[in-house]
Amino acid sequence: MSEKYCPPQEPSVPPSRGEKLLGRPGESLQKTTSMTMIQALRSAMDVMLERDDNVVVFGEDVGYFGGVFRCTEGLQKKFGSSRVFDTPISESGIVGVAVGMGAYGLRPVAEIQFADYVYPATDQIVSEAARLRYRSAGEFIAPITLRMPCGGGIYGGQTHSQSPEAYFTHVCGLRTVMPSNPYDAKGLLIASIENNDPVIFLEPKRLYNGPFDGHHDKPVVPWSQHPQGEVPEGYYTVPLEAAAVYRPGNELTVLTYGTMVFVAEAAAMESGIDAEIIDLRSLWPLDLDTIVNSVKKTGRCAVVHEATRSSGFGAELTALVQEHCFYHLEAPIERVAGWDTPYPHAQEWAYFPGPARVAEGFKRAMEK
Amino acid sequence: MSKNAPACTPLRLHVPEPTGRPGQHTDFSYLHVTPAGATRRPPVDTQPAAIGDLAFALVRVLDADGNAVGPWAPQITPERLRFGLRAMLKTRIFDARMLIAQRQKKISFYMQCLGEEAISVAHALALDEGDMCFPTYRQQGLLMAREVPLVELICQLLSNQRDPLKGRQLPVLYSVRKAGFFSISGNLATQVVQAVGWGMAAAIKGDTKIASAWIGDGSTAEADFHTALVFAHVYRAPVIINVVNNQWAISTFQAIAGGEGTTFAARGIGSGIASLRVDGNDFLAVYAASRWAAERARCNLGPTLIEWVTYRAGGHSTSDDPTKYRPADDWKNFPLGDPLERLKQHLINIGAWSEEEHQSVQKELEAEVAAALKEAESYGSLADGHVHSAAEMFEDVYEEMPEHLRRQRQELGV
Repeated sequence: MSEKYCPPQEPSVPPSRGEKLLGRPGESLQKTTSMTMIQALRSAMDVMLERDDNVVVFGEDVGYFGGVFRCTEGLQKKFGSSRVFDTPISESGIVGVAVGMGAYGLRPVAEIQFADYVYPATDQIVSEAARLRYRSAGEFIAPITLRMPCGGGIYGGQTHSQSPEAYFTHVCGLRTVMPSNPYDAKGLLIASIENNDPVIFLEPKRLYNGPFDGHHDKPVVPWSQHPQGEVPEGYYTVPLEAAAVYRPGNELTVLTYGTMVFVAEAAAMESGIDAEIIDLRSLWPLDLDTIVNSVKKTGRCAVVHEATRSSGFGAELTALVQEHCFYHLEAPIERVAGWDTPYPHAQEWAYFPGPARVAEGFKRAMEK
Repeated sequence: MSKNAPACTPLRLHVPEPTGRPGQHTDFSYLHVTPAGATRRPPVDTQPAAIGDLAFALVRVLDADGNAVGPWAPQITPERLRFGLRAMLKTRIFDARMLIAQRQKKISFYMQCLGEEAISVAHALALDEGDMCFPTYRQQGLLMAREVPLVELICQLLSNQRDPLKGRQLPVLYSVRKAGFFSISGNLATQVVQAVGWGMAAAIKGDTKIASAWIGDGSTAEADFHTALVFAHVYRAPVIINVVNNQWAISTFQAIAGGEGTTFAARGIGSGIASLRVDGNDFLAVYAASRWAAERARCNLGPTLIEWVTYRAGGHSTSDDPTKYRPADDWKNFPLGDPLERLKQHLINIGAWSEEEHQSVQKELEAEVAAALKEAESYGSLADGHVHSAAEMFEDVYEEMPEHLRRQRQELGV
């Protein structure tokens, strides 16, 4: 454990990789601790349950047991079963009651056990939560946060590995967020809980316990060895709609998020390409300025995501870069993504866009 | 033929049919109407499992002569009943006038609740201020009973510059928070789960307010309805789940929603929810059953499901012609009669109303509705283009307008 300065009560910009958490004069001291992403998420909920009586946390196996990934472990014991509780196995019910609670004035934080299971709740998310403010002209709102583990890399097969972000980024009224490290996970989750719009909060489950660069045959690296595993113990936020330049570079802009941030980093190092890796963090609404500034600087762009390629969120990113940076582009925008197949079980590493495949994409983006 | 099958005719698919189609006479015996006063009234703290019979019986108070009989006859003052009759009359007059306005192309679309007025009006009287209703598009009686200004409602119907919903919703899909009236979705059944969530929130906060959810017979087939029953039961949510069985979901008879040989109230039994089947055209029965359910909810005794048996006397909406799929004179033959006439008769019987008063109140309300329409029209309509600005289209998508919507608004040039 170490003690560093960081802003205690206001939106803060997270440190770039390797940068120290330095405070401005007059800011109070906040302790940091090495946390996994699971611990960081739990800490965010702990902080918000403590700060705001209207925050409630629920979902399948979330209460007594603490969630299948342990993200809510100990919270029911600490805050009681009327604020942290188990639900029936019904995603439409979980989201539907969250909408009702939000209309009442609570700030529900609901867990969907796997993002792959969210589809029964589609009507409640798309037709209800996302549109309630609009259709009632602001009389009722849905300030709800829906946490859901996403992505592969854990041999989860096609029902425990999906990355469904594009279904949500397409829906007006929703915010879609995906952190890539413990520091961002906590700060973004707190910002999401405090936000008055419905937030789809996607957690790349392969990153729960450590940064994963796609080399599945190498030993797992724990978050304790990564600077962004160092997390303030108390309250802080990472602003929504703000991307982070995860790795500065000059030759190629890489637009990515979640697990692929680390895969892209490995691909950059292995290909020797000086890539600027942008971790979008908020997928929609997004931070277009950071994207545009980077592409104008490098003149080249690759989009990397784990989700299937066709009509994936990369299609939107590619279109935005084309619309805003066309005259700065020196080569076609490259897309590296999961294949357009269901997520297979035994062929996981042939499916997963690992560092070699991503590096090939980078090289194509550098040609011409 | 399978070795294990009994020797019989080939399998055939059963597709339920109503007992009457256009040109025929509906046999309403499928409703199993019990006599007024015949159904027992258990104490509010009864166990749901002990009242399974009430999901198949019919709670009725007003007999054929307009007298209140039996254990469900409620304690309610003549003054409240007069208010209720007036609110029902106002609802009916309002509907009739708005229907004309739609035919005159002043309003793009309308939905009336003809024949179902008692359910929402008497239910509203049985609730407390601050309770939240999660309605469908046929509970305008809640708004009349809670005395929402007519001009405000008509501005929504006209989609004009004073439409509180800024022209974003189809007419009738109101949202009136101050009257405990949740924003109507238009997607069916979603609001029932939300009502359970609202009730759970009230319980989490130690509030005293309860939720009341509304759904039609047709959309009880949606998964959300069953999900709502499970959540309501699990968390003993302070909520009343109202199933308005008006026999028809657009052109679809209630048997297609699963009502054949059973009742919609019976859906609650398997979920462990106290369930009643009630004459929805009997103002006193609606009030009494609603009070019973509200008291259960407020005393932490959990949810109640009530099936209100009624008849959708008009079309589904102004886009519907019911004579295409059911007998034109069906409502006249409906055994539970007209809710307005039945309460009027009762009030006359107890000396609290008269034909003369009825006539004069009717005239007064017609004038009130006409004046409200006139005033609302002075604020414009969809037809004359005096609607909220196109710039407002981009507001309220998010709490704060994101950059991409600013750009799109600029692109539209507004």
